[in-house]
Amino acid sequence: MDLHFGDSKPTDEERAAVDALLGPPESSWEGADRTDADLRWARGGRAARDRRDLLLPGLHAVNDRIGWISEGALDYLCRRLTVPPAEAYGVATFYAMFSVRPRPATVLHVCTDLACTAAGAGDLCAGIEARLGPGSGVSVERSPCLGLCERAPAALAIRAGDPVRTAVSAPAAVEAAVLAASAPDAAPEEPPAVAAVPQAGDPSLLLRRVGVVDASSLDDYRAHGGYTALRRAFELGPAGVIREVTDSGLVGRGGAAFPTGRKWQATASQPDHPHYLVCNADESEPGTFKDRVLMEGDPYALVEAITIASYAISAHRAFVYIRGEYPRAVHRLQYAIDQARARGLLGDDILGQGYRLDIEIRRGAGAYICGEETALFNSIEGYRGEPRSKPPFPVEKGLFGKPTVENNVETLVNVLPILTMGAPAYAAIGTGRSTGPKLFCVSGSVERPGVYELPFGATLGELLELAGVREGLRAVLLGGAAGGFVRPDELGVPLTFEGTREAGTTLGSGVVMAFDDTVPLPRLLLRIAEFFRDESCGQCVPCRVGTVRQEEALRRIVERTGAGAADDIALLREVGRAMRDASICGLGQTAWNAVESAIDRLGAYE
Amino acid sequence: MTVTPLGIPRRLLEFTIDGEPARVPEGSTVLDACRAAGKDIPTLCEGDTLRPKNACRVCVVEVEGSRTLVPACSRRAEPGMEVRTDTERARHSRKIVLELLASSVDLSTTPKVAEWIKEYEAKPDRFGPGAARLHEEPKVDNELYVRDYDKCILCYKCVDACGDQWQNTFAISVAGRGFDARIAVEHEAPLTDSACVYCGNCIEVCPTGALSFRSEFDMRAAGTWDESRQSETTTVCAYCGVGCNLTLHVQDNEIVKVTSPHDNPVTHGNLCIKGRFGYQHVQNRG
Repeated sequence: MDLHFGDSKPTDEERAAVDALLGPPESSWEGADRTDADLRWARGGRAARDRRDLLLPGLHAVNDRIGWISEGALDYLCRRLTVPPAEAYGVATFYAMFSVRPRPATVLHVCTDLACTAAGAGDLCAGIEARLGPGSGVSVERSPCLGLCERAPAALAIRAGDPVRTAVSAPAAVEAAVLAASAPDAAPEEPPAVAAVPQAGDPSLLLRRVGVVDASSLDDYRAHGGYTALRRAFELGPAGVIREVTDSGLVGRGGAAFPTGRKWQATASQPDHPHYLVCNADESEPGTFKDRVLMEGDPYALVEAITIASYAISAHRAFVYIRGEYPRAVHRLQYAIDQARARGLLGDDILGQGYRLDIEIRRGAGAYICGEETALFNSIEGYRGEPRSKPPFPVEKGLFGKPTVENNVETLVNVLPILTMGAPAYAAIGTGRSTGPKLFCVSGSVERPGVYELPFGATLGELLELAGVREGLRAVLLGGAAGGFVRPDELGVPLTFEGTREAGTTLGSGVVMAFDDTVPLPRLLLRIAEFFRDESCGQCVPCRVGTVRQEEALRRIVERTGAGAADDIALLREVGRAMRDASICGLGQTAWNAVESAIDRLGAYE
Repeated sequence: MTVTPLGIPRRLLEFTIDGEPARVPEGSTVLDACRAAGKDIPTLCEGDTLRPKNACRVCVVEVEGSRTLVPACSRRAEPGMEVRTDTERARHSRKIVLELLASSVDLSTTPKVAEWIKEYEAKPDRFGPGAARLHEEPKVDNELYVRDYDKCILCYKCVDACGDQWQNTFAISVAGRGFDARIAVEHEAPLTDSACVYCGNCIEVCPTGALSFRSEFDMRAAGTWDESRQSETTTVCAYCGVGCNLTLHVQDNEIVKVTSPHDNPVTHGNLCIKGRFGYQHVQNRG
């Protein structure tokens, strides 16, 4: 590849950050100073380009160390990886957590999304911005959902350096958030993951180890039943595992509810190799935080589940894509993977069975769209996180163009009880068409927000009762920003995929957000519209411009009702219908769902 | 002697378009089939020399059994498929897409779009005077061509032509996200500081006139651009031995623009800087 580079040079620190990830450059072809020897040979071609997937980790390396990505740093990274600078610039500007303009080393992300807004994020933001103005050394950024809804309002401070430091303040007050940003090391420790599990201590299948085991201890994990499922998997063989998962009736928990066994079978039977397993931990749907709790509270369970899934589909390389806003989950899972590797539970010969697997973590950098399965592939591969058009489907052409299974964290963790208790016993839980347990992320106007595990089939009312719903309930949002609102008189809705569908709404990823009558509904809808406008990747017209027109219309009618809003509601319906019908991916297709349900079911603007 | 490559024989597959039986070779897209059947489906981001990007969504059709509408340009025809091109649902999405584009982008130099807006009864003004627009100033930073991104519908064709589909120069990319996404070189630098080799193959594929010859841009600004007074002459580039075809667009005995036939089996409409822009010497009358 004949690339053109500008004259900007990296600083020593930028160079060191990149070299810490990639190792020192071997020749001037990769960015070292030119020597006479370099003039006698060339490096290029496929071998040089094959490391493109390290672009995103490289951008992280620079951003983590310096706080932003300069021209010199980007150029150097491009030389190291043989990536055209224009493309790398396109990738760097795609992610909200990167900046290509100078900014202070510390960035404080203050969540202004639904749960946090209902908990007073507006005042919090104003208070913080008044304290941390220009010159304070902190850049305050209003952020979409940080996945800390059970402790709303939330703020996340990231201070660039070596190493990068982070601090979470939640529930945040102005003083605590300012402290987290100005002295991340001195900020109080985050509460343990179990604090987000109000049912802790109750019998459960998915959350039973959270708060019980030491999340860093592999021995403790094994003492609590860890790795029995993997042994069972080796007894069954890959085909046997797929049969069990198929018989269990497990369907994807990320929102699409696709049968997991069928997905595994379709991938396993592809003649093209290698096969890949990708765990989608880019949990960015506003109101969702279950995967974070699982990864922080029981990381080895995910490592074991990934091992089983990879074994079933004959993959030898697996990726976990974790959203960039989850530093603690990244840290815990990385430690668990390292421990498992050191103890022969990952690597060349797992449990002496001759099966080889390694797991790599890739961090997202602030892009909701990367939770879409094909956008996630592009993001890992070092391209802009734009969804691909389907067909071909990932089971045929997924990551690096190879057959790939992509599963959500919760889906994978369900595989453990399926193998330990057997498919029939697992399938007996829940309802006929939605089997097993389900995690729900309850937040908003409830006494005990957090992750709840219930068998499929419990009603919305039962769940809200468990969580201690407060007086004056006005609406419940199911499934997050891409989901839909239901009324307080619809609490009998059974929480199953088919039950919510019959009720004309969706279960999505398991978000249950309660709003009382003090929260102005039009403001919430406007926030949802802003979210989609900010998070649209921009690839297709219906979503790129449609989300903008939707936000404009909702802004116009934020204080209006009845006839004053009728024209704009008619406009919203027309634009919404085209977004749903003609967008490339689920983001655009669902961007109008919540607003439509609020108009039709809740009578917003009446 | 001209050799026409016939390719390997392909099986014909049968399906229906608007209830009429259609037979197309395996591998054809729905759009190929619709065009063969004489159906007029609007397209913007589709390019005859590029892989379909299906970004504009103006070519959507209904396919029986599909939850959403399907882009005709990229969906391959399958046996037994039932395609409907002119349903209320498909027309609605096309109308909205046209309205969304026309309300945010300057489509004044996009061929055919005015006809479609009329045909689909699109009303771009309905989003009100406050509707966000791109608001980009033309980038005039070199003598050869102008990038007027106020006219850009983000079809990705220039990026694909500059990248691995044709030129392999990789001078441009989409930067930013969502409504703020723009075609840019690294760090939004001027073209003269970029990897651009001025082959102009991006201009060749641009569907909206966002990319144009400097000569065309200046003449449009002066009000002297008049396609009805232009003749097109296809000839052979005299610079090297490849023998690329050039189509010279001549107005008032001056070359005002150079294109290249897309159906040329060797070059597919691509040229280099010499063929595309090196024509001044033929009209140096001294």
